[in-house]
Amino acid sequence: MTHPQDQHPPQDARTLPARDHDASEALLERVRQAAATGTALRVVGSGSKGFYGRPVIGETLSLAEHTGIVNYDPVELVVTVRAGTRLADLQAALAQEGQQLAFEPPHFGENATVGGTVACGLSGPRRPWAGSVRDFVLGTRMITHDGKRLHFGGEVMKNVAGYDLSRLMVGAQGTLGIIDEVSFKVLPRPAASATLRLEMGLGDAMARLAEWGRKPMPITGAAHDGETLHLRLEGGASSVANTQAQLGGEPDDTAFWTQLRELELAFFSRRHDDRPLWRLSLPHRAPPLALDGDTLVDWAGAQRWLRSELPAATIRQHAAQAGGHATLVDRDRAHGVDAPFTPLSVVLDKYHRQLKAKLDPKGIFNPGRLYEGL
Amino acid sequence: MNILFDERLDGTLPAIDKDALVTHLTAHLPDMTLLHREEDLRPFECDGLSAYRVLPMLVALPDTLEQVEALLGICHAQGVPVVTRGAGTGLSGGALPLEKGVLLVMSRFSRILDIDPDARTARVQPGVRNLAISEAAAPHGLYYAPDPSSQIACSIGGNVAENAGGVHCLKYGLTVHNVLAVNILTIEGEHITLGSEALDTPGFDLLALFTGSEGMLGVITEITVKLLPKPESAKVLMASFDDVEKAGKAVGDIIAAGIIPGGLEMMDRLAIQAAENFVKAGYPVEAEAILLCELDGVEADVHDDCETVRRVLEAAGATDIRLARDDAERATFWAGRKNAFPAVGRMSPDYYCMDGTIPRRELPRVLKGIADLSATHGLRVANVFHAGDGNMHPLILFDANAPGELALAEEVGGKILELCVEVGGSITGEHGVGREKINQMCAQFSPDEITVFHAVKAAFDPLGLLNPGKNIPTLARCAEFGAMHVHQGQLPHPELPRF
Repeated sequence: MTHPQDQHPPQDARTLPARDHDASEALLERVRQAAATGTALRVVGSGSKGFYGRPVIGETLSLAEHTGIVNYDPVELVVTVRAGTRLADLQAALAQEGQQLAFEPPHFGENATVGGTVACGLSGPRRPWAGSVRDFVLGTRMITHDGKRLHFGGEVMKNVAGYDLSRLMVGAQGTLGIIDEVSFKVLPRPAASATLRLEMGLGDAMARLAEWGRKPMPITGAAHDGETLHLRLEGGASSVANTQAQLGGEPDDTAFWTQLRELELAFFSRRHDDRPLWRLSLPHRAPPLALDGDTLVDWAGAQRWLRSELPAATIRQHAAQAGGHATLVDRDRAHGVDAPFTPLSVVLDKYHRQLKAKLDPKGIFNPGRLYEGL
Repeated sequence: MNILFDERLDGTLPAIDKDALVTHLTAHLPDMTLLHREEDLRPFECDGLSAYRVLPMLVALPDTLEQVEALLGICHAQGVPVVTRGAGTGLSGGALPLEKGVLLVMSRFSRILDIDPDARTARVQPGVRNLAISEAAAPHGLYYAPDPSSQIACSIGGNVAENAGGVHCLKYGLTVHNVLAVNILTIEGEHITLGSEALDTPGFDLLALFTGSEGMLGVITEITVKLLPKPESAKVLMASFDDVEKAGKAVGDIIAAGIIPGGLEMMDRLAIQAAENFVKAGYPVEAEAILLCELDGVEADVHDDCETVRRVLEAAGATDIRLARDDAERATFWAGRKNAFPAVGRMSPDYYCMDGTIPRRELPRVLKGIADLSATHGLRVANVFHAGDGNMHPLILFDANAPGELALAEEVGGKILELCVEVGGSITGEHGVGREKINQMCAQFSPDEITVFHAVKAAFDPLGLLNPGKNIPTLARCAEFGAMHVHQGQLPHPELPRF
């Protein structure tokens, strides 16, 4: 049993506190100019997740200089941070107080920013048990299409006043407004953690996960690589030790979860395999899809990585039939696919466009990043 | 400022020929229950905020989705406002009817469609009661986590519309954290599914946007919720304090010890006495404050956490700490808290429940502010507090039959909410804005922010037919609200009646 260290980024974390620099005024000015001239803006943090979405053509607007932790009160379980702050810096500050971002976001680069993390809405191996990025966003300050800096949500756990614009920003990839500042709910790091390897086939693993899922067990990670079930237990020292004793298996390195989160396992390496990489988001109990290719299962079955040459339409059709969707994750932009995300239904597309037209009428924020024309 | 719909401030509503609409609806939906006589409409004139009553023009009680779809189609075509109502237990007037609108009552959609123990999901119609989901899941060792105190009666559709909470939110989240998918009918009669049993969907997170949108963006027709395994063990500690501030600090100390309790509730002296008189929970009536701390999870961890919390409470100056011996005593400890509202109700002809949230560190300042308001206005206030998540429920005691007392209670309530905003909190943690807090929205949000809310509304309901006047105030209303505040007690037009 070890104490969890996997919150740190794969690269060496800086130990200096995040630089405190409020660039809001300059950002607002840029947006006002862009609004006046109808200039498209390509909104970026460090660019670590630029691959996740369609290429945006526009003037680059970088948030990287808009940094610093604005407010952190560990006892309140709330941190407010400027969007350009390095995710690693935020996590280091939280770790000093024994706390963490429980949704375990991937970095995909040592300079990954908080704003990009929220905009892309990606969560790590703990997601099915702890919740996703949006579950931990309490509030945002956003820069609107007309160059105003507005505040939605707040720094309190419960807040149902007005529409939930803050959570709407999560995963919108900067197409509805610029995330200027974010408040997160943070949680204590677990007192104890253990990583186990259990040799068993996928079918067995899925059956046992279904059984365990109905019991109050301290599982916070479950991935299957075709031969081995990788399991993470987190919680109090007693429950982790008891559960480990009950399940058996071989103790394993916690680094597995970091490599899984950062897509750094051999499975994800293009040197190892240059077939396109698909992320399938499915109901966790969906049976294995009949698709040619290799699969790595995460999130106890709810997130499946697929290496396959099959056409996008085939993969998406199978994912949809199983109740989910498929995203092409093309980190090196090697496959030149124009539509990484599953297309929306006609009605949903209509309301996406109407919402975009209301919040960004001139189409200046990351146009086309999610879908053509959006 | 009157909180009933005021066309001068809230926007004009189309004049509808009621008889013609009844004839038209009856012709097109002969099988749908449609109420239009005053005596039939009367039971629907208010929701849980019963101080405010409006007789709806019509009440529709559909049994099928086809009827809902057709009803919305007709209302959309004829420009008739639609207010959707679930069980009508909401405390903010979110389902307060409109004289010029149809009240769409979804209570007949009360079937649990599927409980899937392997998927740990329940698929239900919107009229299913919150507690009924947990009851149906119980044979599988599962439950639905959000537990608003009205859970015996409130419906899950209303829970989603309000983003309802409960006493376990800090650890288990609000409704938004526990809903996987909803089916929606738009005002134009289109069917959309938001969210899915998969953990994410492509595009914008419209599920989050719709959760808590108070029936303003669409009509919820089906909901899939996440079920959780029942905790193996739950224990409750009750700690007494001779000082409210010490109790508040103890809450922070528990969190600082790295513990997230399943429930963490605080009550002040007046609330303790009311509860003890009512349910005889064994509360210490001489205490200035009590904390109820529930620890749940795996047996071994709960045992360890109880010891930690006991040490923290001792160090924080608790005058007495009791661990519920068994489940029966645990239920008794909770009974006092869960019955705090009716208990306070026995001390006073009427009470008005507020729902502000604050950063916990501001508790002493806010409690002092509430005590000052109570003293200067001559109305008693009992405090019940979801201490773990900063959600306060001050209960303002008044007598609606005493001239001016309702208005006074409203004034005190409004000022408490404004104080919550001032210290960095929110006017509502779980009850919603509805009609009740429509004016205080102007204190929490700037006109630019409110303009964005209206833009969101217009993207889904360009004609503004769904629940007009709720949740988001017009800028005209905020202008008048702001003007009233500029004059600091010297209201413009003092000759006008103010309810």
